[in-house]
Amino acid sequence: MSHLVILRIVSKFLIPFIFIFALYVQWHGDFGPGGGFQAGVIFSSGFILYALIFGVSLTRQAAPAWLTRAALAIGVLLYSGVGVAGMVMGGNFLSYSVLADEPTHGQHLGILLVELGVGITVAAAMITIFLTFAGKDR
Amino acid sequence: MIILALMGFMAVIGIAMARIRDLFAVVILGGIFSLLGAAVYVILDAVDVGFTEAAVGAGISTVLLLGTLALTTSEEKVTPESRSLVSIVAVIVTGAVLVYGTLDMPRYGDPTAPINHHVAPRYLEKSGDEVGLPNVVTSVLASYRGYDTLGETFVIFTAAVGVLAILGRSRRQPKRKRMKARKG
Repeated sequence: MSHLVILRIVSKFLIPFIFIFALYVQWHGDFGPGGGFQAGVIFSSGFILYALIFGVSLTRQAAPAWLTRAALAIGVLLYSGVGVAGMVMGGNFLSYSVLADEPTHGQHLGILLVELGVGITVAAAMITIFLTFAGKDR
Repeated sequence: MIILALMGFMAVIGIAMARIRDLFAVVILGGIFSLLGAAVYVILDAVDVGFTEAAVGAGISTVLLLGTLALTTSEEKVTPESRSLVSIVAVIVTGAVLVYGTLDMPRYGDPTAPINHHVAPRYLEKSGDEVGLPNVVTSVLASYRGYDTLGETFVIFTAAVGVLAILGRSRRQPKRKRMKARKG
């Protein structure tokens, strides 16, 4: 669809804002609605919009298969890693209070990392699923 | 009042989705259905759920279903009349049972309802001191119910791995053949 000028220009203009909004939803989830799931989906929608307009092969240059597959695992590993870190530092699995000197600081840190893990996995999963579907017939 | 109008729209769209044979239109109607659902969640003060429904249900699911249509076909196979009669009876009976089940439920937002007496008051009172986040939904989701969220993340992970295992292979096979050809 890259021959359609309006679609091309509008999507180029929109994609940076989609990414910024995804990051806002990711980091602002502590204070307002949002969090890793929504942020990951919004982040991946930027890639999907790009793939719809400019094609799968160009998108794969920005998000190569090895990168999205690695990110898929990195997210869940980060989440589980935070859980194991809680165990190593003397708490139960996924107890964040022991991660820092003060319990609430530990909770903040734990939730931040856990939400980041969710965001990475969700974004990578959505990009992987879409690009695998879209790249199938080529 | 607004919620009744939205529900009415959702019912109309549901019937239209069942009637229309063009799957492209059905997928787009599904997206609209999810968006209306998101609006209903926002009216019910479940902003986080509404956000997720708008992003996942109306956004990504629609795109993925359109991708599936591109891989398969966009015309629905018509089932014979006799079988569709059986299915409409089954649907009506199931729906009636479900509506009967809701008759016993407490009113929405009832302060004496069991759901508002289990752990919810404790979360609302203590999460400020224990977790310290202004958004209690995030506290419950990521901290108190961390196990559940970990499980959900693994579900997403498994879904992507499943898609890769089924569809991702065909792209790798030519490479392997090329490697074999080079070796041979």
